[in-house]
Amino acid sequence: MVSKSEKYTEKKARRSLSEEKRHSIAGYLFVSPFFILFAIFGLFPMLFSFYLAFFKWNGLGEMTYNGINNFTIIFNDPIFWKSIYNTVIIGLLGTVPQLIVAFLLAYALNSQVLRFKNTFRVAIFMPYVTSIVAVAILFSIIFNNQSFGLVNSFLGIFGVEPIVFTQSEWGAKIAIAAMIFWRWVGYNTIIYLAGMQSISNDLYEAAKIDGATLTQQLRYITLPMLKPFVLFTVFMGTIGSLQIFTEPLIFFGGNLREEGITVVAYLYRDAFENNFFGTASAVAIVLFAIIMVFSVINLLVTNRLGRGKARKA
Amino acid sequence: MKQVAINQPKKQPGRFILYGLLIFAGLVSLFPFYWMFVMATQPNHVINQTPPALLPGAELVTNFTNVLGTIDFFGAMMNSLIVSVAVTAGSLFLCSLAGFAFAKLKFKGRDVLFVLILITMMIPPQLGLIPTYYIISQLGWLSDLKAIIVPGLINAFGIFWMRQYIKEAVPDELIEAARIDGCSIFRVYWNIVTPAILPAFATLGIIVFMNVWNDFLWPLVVLQDQSSHTLQVALRALSDSYNRDYGMILSGTFWATVPLIIVFLLFNKAFISSLTQGAVKS
Repeated sequence: MVSKSEKYTEKKARRSLSEEKRHSIAGYLFVSPFFILFAIFGLFPMLFSFYLAFFKWNGLGEMTYNGINNFTIIFNDPIFWKSIYNTVIIGLLGTVPQLIVAFLLAYALNSQVLRFKNTFRVAIFMPYVTSIVAVAILFSIIFNNQSFGLVNSFLGIFGVEPIVFTQSEWGAKIAIAAMIFWRWVGYNTIIYLAGMQSISNDLYEAAKIDGATLTQQLRYITLPMLKPFVLFTVFMGTIGSLQIFTEPLIFFGGNLREEGITVVAYLYRDAFENNFFGTASAVAIVLFAIIMVFSVINLLVTNRLGRGKARKA
Repeated sequence: MKQVAINQPKKQPGRFILYGLLIFAGLVSLFPFYWMFVMATQPNHVINQTPPALLPGAELVTNFTNVLGTIDFFGAMMNSLIVSVAVTAGSLFLCSLAGFAFAKLKFKGRDVLFVLILITMMIPPQLGLIPTYYIISQLGWLSDLKAIIVPGLINAFGIFWMRQYIKEAVPDELIEAARIDGCSIFRVYWNIVTPAILPAFATLGIIVFMNVWNDFLWPLVVLQDQSSHTLQVALRALSDSYNRDYGMILSGTFWATVPLIIVFLLFNKAFISSLTQGAVKS
């Protein structure tokens, strides 16, 4: 004879078994759209890029096997190396000053005596809301080559001859970096501000009781506590810099000159203006490799930092 | 406990520097917007003079009429709106559904699949650009808004974000109780999970909408007919037109920027906090 309680457990077991099954079916069903779409628009194109990098193809005719020639071609192209050099320089010019200024602005915005905080915050963040295309068009006119360009007329006050920004080695880079700086500085300010606000006030109070000066508080409390946020912005800035495309394309009005061509712009021109799909894929793979290296470095740094913290705790 | 002002610079010069820095930064941030408006209202002969005009002129309407004569401004805005709304709605649904599965359902390989999704976040989108373009052309979707919408629906960050949120915001007991009452798993998602995660929808929605609205490279590649251009691609076409009518070009960028600014000013708190949350959590 089966007791009541046994019957109950049996029933419960049966139900939980079917519940498990239901969970599985629903689970796979709910996550499947991602994997199906990713297979078509993510994984397959990625693998196909690796394949395509070894073929000669104009997108329409036959693909012919080309071995590592595509890589040889781009590595022998001085413009390709120029595009890597430009990407790094523009990235550094646009990002490093930006993060420093963002830190200063966040520190100022975090001050407790400050009034109109929200007004300042909104004003500084606003450039981020505009589209990159609009920013790039606006700045390409501000950096206009003629004397009536805003920057040139400003420099004219000091007697500087009008600079032809699109054809100047440093002029082009500075103009493009300025677009990046202006659009992103507010975003990073807000990130740092969020970081600073997450630091407990008790730490500052304790430091103050111990007689720490403002500089000491900054050095021993704010900066170390802000490290994860700084790492995040450095990482995002690096990855973003490696993918700069819109700014140079708009700045040069389609005629991508070597003073400011970036890796992605080089890739775009190779693929969609010249129809060299094979070499463009080789460029994509080199770019992928560079980004992977930076991601791994970032991961290692972040992990080491996390371990350091754990040990201290 | 009373908050003690700690970072307070006690002397006036400190405060002076503080305000000076922020006012300067605010002016640098806002001046290009103002100048864009000034140029949008000036005729070309004024724009081409040295020094440049710094006060608005009277050509606001003329310049914008010229924009409408060069590109289909409102058509492009409509395309941007369709694409952004469709991608936002679709990916919010798919991300929350997958996030719910990863947070609350037990199935074999769940954790491995989740890690796979996180790994895909590290792949730069340019890597598969050329083959994806080829797939789209094979599907016959060139110059079709589907080319933007369908690939845009996958969002690894969105799934990650939703999983974290659902894990914290929806108690297991609630789900179990609903199951015992006979709710199907989808109904649990629809009737219990979605109402509990409305803030997460708002946050992720802002991030996705902005990214799609401002995307440029992919739309530039696949939207070839003018009738399919989104606002960003249309603006580019505007600035590449042969006559460099700066008043007209900046009129176009100005009117393309105004809606974004209005939306931002209305919701700036939600906007800023959503973008920082999105950034800090990842």
